[in-house]
Amino acid sequence: MPGLSLSLGIVFTWVGLIVVIPLAALVVMSASLDAGTFFDTVTSDRAIAAFGLSFGAALVAAVVNLVFGLLLAWVLVRYSFPGKKLLDAFVDMPFALPTAVAGIALTAAFAPNGLLGGPLADLGIKAAYSRLGVVIALIFIGMPFVVRTVHPVLQELQPELEEAAATLGATRRQTFMRVILPALRPALLTGFALAFARGLGEYGSVVFISANLPHKTEIVPLLIYTKLEQFHYAEAAALAVVMLVFSFILLFVLQRLQKRRRPSVMRNRPTEATA
Amino acid sequence: MNHRPALAETPLARYALIGGALTFLTVFLFIPLGLVFVTAFKDGVDVYLASITEPDALAAIQLTLIVTLIAVPLNIVFGLAAAWAVTKHDFRGKGILLAVIDLPFAVSPVISGMVFILLFGASGVIGPFLADNDIKIVFALPGIVLATIFVTFPYVARELIPAMEARGREPELAALTLGATGMQAFRLVTLPNVRWALMHGIILCTARAIGEFGAVSVVSGHIRGETNTVPLHIEILYNEYQFTAAFAVATLLVFVAILTLALKSFIAWRESQRKVVA
Amino acid sequence: MNLSKLGTLLGVSHAQAGLLRESIDAAQPLVDTATAIRVTNLSKSFGDFKALDEVSLEVRPGELIALLGPSGSGKTTLLRSIAGIEVADGGHIFFGDDDVTNRPIRLRDVGFVFQHYALFEHLTVFENVAFGLTIRKRPKDEITARVRHLLAKVELSDLERRFPRELSGGQKQRVALARALAPNPRVLLLDEPFGALDARVRKGLRAWLRKLHEEVHVTSILVTHDQDEAFECADRVVVMHKGKIEQVGTRDTLTMSPASPFVREFIEAPAPDFTI
Repeated sequence: MPGLSLSLGIVFTWVGLIVVIPLAALVVMSASLDAGTFFDTVTSDRAIAAFGLSFGAALVAAVVNLVFGLLLAWVLVRYSFPGKKLLDAFVDMPFALPTAVAGIALTAAFAPNGLLGGPLADLGIKAAYSRLGVVIALIFIGMPFVVRTVHPVLQELQPELEEAAATLGATRRQTFMRVILPALRPALLTGFALAFARGLGEYGSVVFISANLPHKTEIVPLLIYTKLEQFHYAEAAALAVVMLVFSFILLFVLQRLQKRRRPSVMRNRPTEATA
Repeated sequence: MNHRPALAETPLARYALIGGALTFLTVFLFIPLGLVFVTAFKDGVDVYLASITEPDALAAIQLTLIVTLIAVPLNIVFGLAAAWAVTKHDFRGKGILLAVIDLPFAVSPVISGMVFILLFGASGVIGPFLADNDIKIVFALPGIVLATIFVTFPYVARELIPAMEARGREPELAALTLGATGMQAFRLVTLPNVRWALMHGIILCTARAIGEFGAVSVVSGHIRGETNTVPLHIEILYNEYQFTAAFAVATLLVFVAILTLALKSFIAWRESQRKVVA
Repeated sequence: MNLSKLGTLLGVSHAQAGLLRESIDAAQPLVDTATAIRVTNLSKSFGDFKALDEVSLEVRPGELIALLGPSGSGKTTLLRSIAGIEVADGGHIFFGDDDVTNRPIRLRDVGFVFQHYALFEHLTVFENVAFGLTIRKRPKDEITARVRHLLAKVELSDLERRFPRELSGGQKQRVALARALAPNPRVLLLDEPFGALDARVRKGLRAWLRKLHEEVHVTSILVTHDQDEAFECADRVVVMHKGKIEQVGTRDTLTMSPASPFVREFIEAPAPDFTI
């Protein structure tokens, strides 16, 4: 078919300018650091604390979104109730809302004098300005991923499977645990991985709610940002390289998950996995 | 979905599940969003209007619009080209291209912005060259545009690729046998059928371009009145404890977000209508 | 002895009586005290569409009957109502003396074979067949013995560890059959079981199903739109049309004394056999 050279020409120019050259600059810059300084930067106490928080919070948030994402998808697919269409549209809000707005909104809600933060404070739980705040922000921005990957799969699930299980004597709970959940597993994993990847790199919504205390509530993207502001470009690059390695691993895992043959319980559908 | 009373959960279980879902959304979504509006209007409508019309705010709005109007059309062209290349041809390296397209989703926005600093910044790779020629990229409009393009370029492509793939190559091949050039096949056969997917991608791309914070924050230099987009302006107001003003400007972005969602729903509805007719 | 009587006698619940009977039966697999099925005045509508219109039917213990008719005749709805997958609007369903009209699916003790197999893709052939026993928490060696026995009956012993996606259509359907029979149902229901298979496989499986029924002898109902299939497999054929039963009989009865114009037009005389 014609048009290959033109389209590829456009594509490669674009990709070259926007992606390849900048990333090459990253590699060049971090290569300028000798191995010793590279390691020191990446393994400093502050960096380790930041990595721990970024990964830990992203993991917890992704797990929460796994559970509630499944719940939301189930409720949206299986039940009807007033306002369902509205709910369906609003689930995508974290995709559409700028992260800065999310940041200040969540802070307002969970600050010690906030609508939700107040009662929590009475219980002795500090929501905003703490690690919990980071998790809350990541739950928010990761919310739609699991819902959107599970929703189409759940919708296309053959009712015959549940009927078969019932004729074989399974209770509703047994049917769910042994038949429905296993069929949803690839979609759940994909959604989880997407939410996790997004949470790792998140910046905008976290910096407002976390108070950014080094060693305590500082995430890696913020640490990188701080290094840049201090013109410690090479150190920032070093940290970025480590983050990128993990990002690429995640990306690879995601590509594999999305390519894997779906079980023949449903037709093939492309996955809608926007960030 | 068929009503299958024989296989449904007990009403109690149903209400509990719906209640759980609604509670989750209320806590994490509806309350924070509501608070944006409540806080914005806390000091009255006059203060609200003043906040969104004062010079720095207007400059931020203008900058955001300019950046978006440059970045989005460019990304549309890219998205169309990439989708055409990937879905209608076979070539080596297709997998790599697809992975590259997914790249911005896996990379932190801060890193996305940072790579441009490393390239074009004062001590960057070609920084000295730029300084000698008095070209400003980072801490100026070009840098912001580049960073925005980087984080938004996948959206259009990712929507188009499944849509163009779903119909296979037959329609375009048929057009070619009937004498159409490649461009004609693309314009008259491919495009009309991916209208909705294209629109969906444009909407997502635009929403992200307007709202991008992390990447732009790194490259912009935060020069008030000059290199602040709306999200950055909100940050400045917030850090100066001008909460009402910050939330007031934020409501503008919430409106954009709601508009985005409304358009998405509309498109999804029109698409399903089309399927019913076809 | 049917379950209600057994249950009442021993003062246990219906489900427990079922388990009890299973363990008795497991000792003598596949020998069944066959159950009669009686449907009286069953009606079912989907919105304005009347799928079943006061249908009554009797199936003798151990019999295999076929529900035959064009699409929309109500045959599948009738089958699914007997299984409990559809809940009837009016009428009654009896398994023997047991009124199961309002009983949930899982307590009806039916085996159901779907047109598109409905096998559990994430489980092996063995685990699929064992499913009904696994969830009833039967002891492991009992399950293994029973599953192996059934797989041998359906001639798939070598494929124990395979997954459904590795099997052909005919093999999948045999697994589905084995799975349905494993918990020793008192009624076996088959919904166009060979509909998704190609003609040659279908013919082979027809004969095979007939033979299986002669060995297993569980009361069975087969839904099909294929006349040759109905007459080959079943003892009697129930002709259905627009939600009603037109006639019940053998091929001879139906061709020679059709009870209505529909039956006369719908039932064809068997194709002449020119093979030497």
